[in-house]
Amino acid sequence: MDYLVTIGLEIHAQIQTRSKMFCGCSADYAAAPPNTHVCPVCMGLPGSLPVPNRRAIELAALTGLALNCRIASDNVISRKNYFYADLPSGYQRSQYDDPLCVNGWVDIDGDQGPKRIGLTRVHIEEDTGKLTHTADGGSLVDFNRAGVPLMEIVSEPDITSPEEARRYFQKLRQILVWIGVNSGDMESGALRCDANVSVRPAGQQAYGAKVEIKNINSFRFVERALAYEIERQVTSLRAGERIVQSTRGWDEATGTTVAQRTKEFAEDYRYFPEPDIPPLRLTEAWVAERRAELPELPDARRQRFMTDYDLTPYDATVLTDERAVSDYYEQAVAAARPRGVAPKDVANWLTGELFRLLKDSGETLVVAAQRIRPEYLAEVQELLNNGVITRTSAKEAFDAAFREGRAPAQIVAERGMAVIGAGDALTDMVRQAIADNPKVVEEYRGGKVTAIKYLIGQVMKATRGQASPQAVQQALEQELTRQ
Amino acid sequence: MALTLAEVEHVARLARLRLSPAELEKMREQLSNILDHFQMLQQIDVSTIPPTAQVTDLVNVMRDDELRPSLAREQALANAPVQQDGMFRVRAIFEE
Ligand SMILES: [Zn+2]
Repeated sequence: MDYLVTIGLEIHAQIQTRSKMFCGCSADYAAAPPNTHVCPVCMGLPGSLPVPNRRAIELAALTGLALNCRIASDNVISRKNYFYADLPSGYQRSQYDDPLCVNGWVDIDGDQGPKRIGLTRVHIEEDTGKLTHTADGGSLVDFNRAGVPLMEIVSEPDITSPEEARRYFQKLRQILVWIGVNSGDMESGALRCDANVSVRPAGQQAYGAKVEIKNINSFRFVERALAYEIERQVTSLRAGERIVQSTRGWDEATGTTVAQRTKEFAEDYRYFPEPDIPPLRLTEAWVAERRAELPELPDARRQRFMTDYDLTPYDATVLTDERAVSDYYEQAVAAARPRGVAPKDVANWLTGELFRLLKDSGETLVVAAQRIRPEYLAEVQELLNNGVITRTSAKEAFDAAFREGRAPAQIVAERGMAVIGAGDALTDMVRQAIADNPKVVEEYRGGKVTAIKYLIGQVMKATRGQASPQAVQQALEQELTRQ
Repeated sequence: MALTLAEVEHVARLARLRLSPAELEKMREQLSNILDHFQMLQQIDVSTIPPTAQVTDLVNVMRDDELRPSLAREQALANAPVQQDGMFRVRAIFEE
């Protein structure tokens, strides 16, 4: 019997702000010594007053717009009540009935071609503190992360395979990093997800029991955890067992999902509106301001690169993967236009030579761009187009520009890399080659026309590759007929 | 509106309160009385009044994304019954 798989993801993404969600403590907790970014508000001390971070709300709304959501006008922050040592106040500030963003979607490459994954909601909340378990059976609590702004992005159960789940997660990361709301750093926990998965026999209408896999912090793990869990559920169903709605965790060491102790009453959160925070009323004008802040998104830019710049789908994809690379390419194209250089040639320099150099140096483009400025890509191609340098010299000049941070034209001039054209220098070298190789010249004149190849080789060697073979051949033929 | 003992036990457990049978019974009576008062409020016709969770009439109280000084760690940890390595030490989490 075949089984149908239903998956929905809940993605937690920290919002990139300087300060925390409800207080002025720094949200940059990664490298801070424990409990140094804390205050009465984020430690939940009595009498402290939380005040929402305007920028966090703006960025969450920006995310909603990037994900095609409707932005709710009336927003209430609620208290989600439960006891856990990483939650100082005994409740997490979150949103319940009235999420900030609703009814969005994300387009991904599905298993059967383009697919639209629906988004139920995006709501704002605060992150919890961090627990470290000690060998002697205690737990240590660091509240630096407590109160860091967080968004929860909830998908519809539209995902039907582990690969689709991974691609959806990757697409969301790309968009969040692109619009600057999240660092994309999954290792530090700035981006993580819970996956809900159920299976049911083909033909059955009702969904199977839902199993939640908690706290997955890599693309690979989400795919592996889901694949394992689907296999486990199908095997159970085949054996006539029943799947129980439950919570599991992914254990990377064993490559399995493990049942987590579910606390009784854990789901009884007794949400109620946070009395300390007045409602947030977002006007249409405010939403319009956010919309104006929204940059061109990767999918739209990819399409434009193909139509306007004549890029292949592959190049367009590579050049819209990361915002910094994409923007760099746009600057290079802007410099290429007045020089009559094709955007496609600029793309080739970027994805070919420059990516290779970055791989060798281990740098990011942002760092290397201090030296290899975007206009250099246009400049080197222009020199090539105008026949000033050969392809070999162009690469050499480009590599030097990358290392030294100087313009290719300058490097070409300083090092005398310009092509040796039909002028005196070339003529001298051609005459020399003819004088040095009387036997070959004889063969050529005797009718063996391919013998000229050897002479071309000799001249090319003498020019150290700075002449075009066509120009050399032309000069040789002229000289050989003249004598 | 009389609450059952089971309901009181449930609420006590959510609030992490361990109550004796006598205390449970006392709470059952007192909480039932409180609910009776709300029962009276329920009779008021509020169909024309929009629901609210606030009485201040304030909206959009927000702050700019600016840093303010945090507490010194000694201050933050001052009331911790047990501390270790600059952190609050609590009993192992998974034991209930
Ligand atoms: Zn704080």
